[in-house]
Amino acid sequence: MNIVVCVKQVPDTATERKLRSDDKTLDRDAVDGVINELDEYAVEEALRLKEAHGGEVTVLTMGPAKAADTIRKALAMGADKAVHLVDDALAGSDALSTSYALAQALGRVGFDVVVLGSESTDARTGVLAAMLAERLGVPQLSQARKVEVNGSAVTIERVTDYGYDRVEASLPAVVSVVEKINEPRYPSFKGIMAAKKKPVETLGAADLEADAGQLGLAGAWSEVVDFAVAPPRAAGTVVKDEGDGGAKAAEFLASKKFI
Amino acid sequence: MRPGYAVAMIDLLDLDAQLTPDQRLVRDTAQEFVASRVLPEVGSWFEDGTFPARELAPELGSLGMLGMHLTGYGCAGLDAISYGLACRELEAGDSGLRSFVSVQGSLAMYPIWKYGTAEQKDEWLPRMSAGEVIGCFGLTEPDHGSDPGSMRTHAKQDPSGDWILNGAKMWITNGSIADVAVVWAQTDTGVRGFVVPTASNGFSAVEIHKKLSLRASVTSSLYFDDVRLPAAAALDVRGLKGPLSCLSEARFGILWGVTGAGRACLEAAVDYAKSRIQFGKPIGSFQLTQEKLAWMAVALGQAGLTALHLGKLKEAGELKPYQVSYGKLANVRAALDIARQARSVLGANGVTLEYPVIRHMNNLESVLTYEGTQEIHTLVLGETLTGLAAYR
Ligand SMILES: Cc1cc2nc3c(=O)[nH]c(=O)nc-3n(C[C@H](O)[C@H](O)[C@H](O)COP(=O)(O)OP(=O)(O)OC[C@H]3O[C@@H](n4cnc5c(N)ncnc54)[C@H](O)[C@@H]3O)c2cc1C
Repeated sequence: MNIVVCVKQVPDTATERKLRSDDKTLDRDAVDGVINELDEYAVEEALRLKEAHGGEVTVLTMGPAKAADTIRKALAMGADKAVHLVDDALAGSDALSTSYALAQALGRVGFDVVVLGSESTDARTGVLAAMLAERLGVPQLSQARKVEVNGSAVTIERVTDYGYDRVEASLPAVVSVVEKINEPRYPSFKGIMAAKKKPVETLGAADLEADAGQLGLAGAWSEVVDFAVAPPRAAGTVVKDEGDGGAKAAEFLASKKFI
Repeated sequence: MRPGYAVAMIDLLDLDAQLTPDQRLVRDTAQEFVASRVLPEVGSWFEDGTFPARELAPELGSLGMLGMHLTGYGCAGLDAISYGLACRELEAGDSGLRSFVSVQGSLAMYPIWKYGTAEQKDEWLPRMSAGEVIGCFGLTEPDHGSDPGSMRTHAKQDPSGDWILNGAKMWITNGSIADVAVVWAQTDTGVRGFVVPTASNGFSAVEIHKKLSLRASVTSSLYFDDVRLPAAAALDVRGLKGPLSCLSEARFGILWGVTGAGRACLEAAVDYAKSRIQFGKPIGSFQLTQEKLAWMAVALGQAGLTALHLGKLKEAGELKPYQVSYGKLANVRAALDIARQARSVLGANGVTLEYPVIRHMNNLESVLTYEGTQEIHTLVLGETLTGLAAYR
């Protein structure tokens, strides 16, 4: 089975994130990049699919040169090879232009199943899987907490507010996963050493046979018009229990209309 | 969020910015393993005086941590700085955990890998790197510690060529849980190392209890009563340089490892100083507390610089034994001083196992003593400076 897992390098959530003053997109140079957390689950699931059904896992990422570190991590976890989409023309992509570039790349790479995290911790649009499936003209199975492949069919348990739906589709397909799905492995030391020798193909915009107007900031349909730093959180209310703590807490909750 | 993901780490000099992406992956794997698998339980292991070696060994093995700096036989083949980083993160968990890994990789696997026959390597190394077989290293004896050259344990070849081993070793990490022991003994041609399966007739091991340091680590006495070994059991190295070459590998891991223990203590102290209120203010707002924290951070930075520098020398194949002594002496002392300062910041909480500090502090007393006491490493530097040996 030809499994492609899409991963994204995102700013470390533990560090302060900044937007650029000129085009108001995320300043990716100013922060430490880490693999998007949900994508680790996607890599793990891709590896498990390979372990169960054979085939190959290809990592696909779009991002600046330093996103190579994120590729390294996925390869160290056990993926076989990688494709890195990197080009200044791709900077400033929104979800729509990202899905376009990735779909073009996927057309070139080929796939039976595409696995990705259901959202990234930076933009958090959560729409990429749907857009990608639409552009590729294949079924999308989203928010999966379990994935099973049987011949040419893929079945998932899709997390819902009330439990889960069992959803089935034929391959090829796009599957997005949630963190309940598995426990990602750590890259083993042997995996880290082996990753040094795995092939990473670098593609630029020209390799995508794409309509340049649909790529990067030029192809983005959304624009950040303005931004401001969030006001610091006001100090919380401390309720001291002097025998009437319960009543005071209830009063507070009532004042906020929680009860 | 997964446990252990993105652990905050104090590194005022940004030393880790000098790491390669691969070295960072090594660090992160060790850090996440410790955060999710070790930190939740190590306080109880220490309190109960146990170390779940049989459970942990296969996990450490599958991550590639056993014999990580060796090549072949299922070993990962890491560079020197990666090896150091892994030790640092393991010891940020507990010195007992790092000791287990050091003994397995540098003291038991390394001599077999370096001085063993092809058969010995094939027999032991793959299972040792996988964590299926546990090893130990027997050099110290009840009456011979800093002066191992006077050891009494001896091996004699009988007419058939078999070796007959007699004597006793003491303070042997992993001794009573080991499947194989690398034992150093006097022979007619000087000190030699022997690969001794612990199931051999005449071999026995007894765990040493009542330790108040390195409690999450098994320490034992070994006894050899006419243990018969095949001629090929003797390793291909003569004299004390055999065991000393192993210790040099392990000491390199220690001089990195203790920076992890020191960092863990500093981090605990900073957290505590920010949240503990006395006289209406966090104790971290008092200048005396800040002086302690700043002092600890500087000591940690110096130790980290030393470790990184020696790592670069080792990587270049230029690390000299006296430089390893420098690192072991300087960094263990720094870590112990940091732990003691941190303990005072935590007040009464500093003496309980609810916090990691006293555990590290007590552990570091063993680390100060084993693999060459601080006095012996001081004498090594003294000899290097003056050309005059002052050991006897
Ligand atoms: C928890 C633990 C685990 C250990 N694990 C192992 C292991 O796996 N394998 C192994 O072989 N050993 C192990 N050891 C033993 C350790 O290496 C020895 O304890 C160490 O070498 C010191 O020997 P000693 O305890 O006999 O002290 P001694 O050599 O008796 O020293 C006592 C004191 O005298 C000082 N001293 C000795 N000679 C001199 C001198 N010439 N000048 C100045 N001062 C001197 C020492 O520095 C020390 O302060 C372990 C020890 C501990 C505590």
